[in-house]
Amino acid sequence: MDFGPFLLLALMEGMVMAAVLALTAVGLSLVFGVMRVVNVAHGEFFMLGAVIAWFVTHFMPGPPAVAFAAALVICPLLVGGIAALSDTLILKRLNYDPEATIVATIGLSYIFQQTALTFYGPDARPVLAPFDLRIQLPWFGYSGYKIAVVFAALAILLAVWLLMTRTRAGLIMRATQLDRNTARAFGINVDRVYAAVFALGAGLAAVAAVLIVPIQQAHYLMGHDPLLLSFIVVIIGGLGSLRGTLVAALVIGLSDGVISVFFSPTLAKILATLLVAMVLVFRPQGLFGTKP
Amino acid sequence: MTRALALHLAVLAALFAAQFLLPSYHHTNIARIMVLAVFAMGYNIAFGYTGLLSLGHALFFAAGMYATGLGIELWGLSAAPALVLGLLAGAAIAAATGVLALRTGGVSFMIVTLMFAQAGYLTILYFGAYTRGDEGIVITRAARSIGSLDLSSDTPRYFAALALFSVGLLLNLALTRSNLGRAMIAMRENEERSRMLGYNPFKIKLTALLISGLYAGAAGAAYAVLFGYVGASFATIQYSILPLLYVLLGGAGTTLGPFLGALLMFYLIDISSGYTTAHLFVVGAALLILVLFAPKGILGWVRDRGAKWLP
Repeated sequence: MDFGPFLLLALMEGMVMAAVLALTAVGLSLVFGVMRVVNVAHGEFFMLGAVIAWFVTHFMPGPPAVAFAAALVICPLLVGGIAALSDTLILKRLNYDPEATIVATIGLSYIFQQTALTFYGPDARPVLAPFDLRIQLPWFGYSGYKIAVVFAALAILLAVWLLMTRTRAGLIMRATQLDRNTARAFGINVDRVYAAVFALGAGLAAVAAVLIVPIQQAHYLMGHDPLLLSFIVVIIGGLGSLRGTLVAALVIGLSDGVISVFFSPTLAKILATLLVAMVLVFRPQGLFGTKP
Repeated sequence: MTRALALHLAVLAALFAAQFLLPSYHHTNIARIMVLAVFAMGYNIAFGYTGLLSLGHALFFAAGMYATGLGIELWGLSAAPALVLGLLAGAAIAAATGVLALRTGGVSFMIVTLMFAQAGYLTILYFGAYTRGDEGIVITRAARSIGSLDLSSDTPRYFAALALFSVGLLLNLALTRSNLGRAMIAMRENEERSRMLGYNPFKIKLTALLISGLYAGAAGAAYAVLFGYVGASFATIQYSILPLLYVLLGGAGTTLGPFLGALLMFYLIDISSGYTTAHLFVVGAALLILVLFAPKGILGWVRDRGAKWLP
């Protein structure tokens, strides 16, 4: 294969990666932005989404497309519910103290991993794609499902944007983000907003996982990489800035795709983690953020 | 003053006696616990005393471990200089990390240290040709002796671990009594006020992190020589969380807390593994319970209930 098509393939793989990453990272960014909570269990919410998707598609009768559509609805709801419960039972009681919440979400992530290991097992298992379509380009064939993933992610991101900017719920969330005490003074139930935001963030990770699971199998340790990459994206994009998160997801997803194809994936990850550390040290507002 | 010193010497004497009193099954366990306790003591110097919550101490532990392991394997060093190399590597990496990471604070500090540790772990995998990546290096028995002391057999290993632990513990006690130790606590309690009093927060925090890295490096180096294995799994995030867990359990900002936490956690997992294979659950639940109900840990709780002299 020539260089041109090869690069095109790398970019297309990068696009799929960027789409899923953007969904996961927006979830993390939302939680950090509104609640100021660094959620280390975010990768585990991703993993739970994938594992629950396996259960749903495995036990649901009927054609794979129906089962997959069911997973797409059930997983985020279930994972969101778990997240809301974790928030009310644990994070709220810690008064969202930054250090305590990090330790608590580390604890949660171990518990979720163990739960998945106990009930799902140590194996990686595939989930059938809802449809099987191969798009033949002049140089190579490409999975139609992967392209559908990109569009699905775009649709969901658009929905999140509309929710945040055009609805009353979004207004309440943004108000809480700006100043939680004033929001409370205006009669907003901040506790409920926090639980909802935590659930929304986890739900986005779960949706991303359901979308990716026909491409990448479900496994109880699969949350590690999305967590790290989401951190990278959220920090480079500027903590709590949704627009920055999207741009950074695109940059990181594409460059990770390209570097992984042409060089070593490990090297790509080393460079990305070091970049994040340097961004935090020298430009804490993120590459795309403005000074606070 | 003397009460505290007496308590520490009593703990060390008890550990010395344990070698003769306990059945041999526990010898290896306690040797391992003492080495991990040194690691946790180092963590405690940064987190418990200076208030620097790092999520990247596995990097310093692994630096000590790999400097020693690679020194023996690649450059043919004998155990004693390799141990010194490991100790220095831990301190050097900690200082280098600190120079950059200490420009940030709070949540950013945690993420920066986490990212450096992750980059370190990936680097170990990337240079798999030398480090043998996940598979790791097994250090031969012949390379694991200092003079005529064969550190791979049970009794010398126990006393070597005890010697390292004793030095670490007594130095830690001395540190808490020194001006530097008090300045470190001042950083934790109120950085702005100590700056106003003329202290340089950056310098003190960097020194604390350097000492912390020295402990972590020494523990990593000792682990490599005493247990004969060097592997990338010791550089993963789990090994940054473990000392945090030990310190939280035993009591942050207490000299004996890290050892107590390591001891209890080790045997908690050891005993619970007789009933369940859910180790991760035990660790996760312990973290949650501690942070929710006992944020000061066991010795912190004891200190609040009357034993104010506990260092």
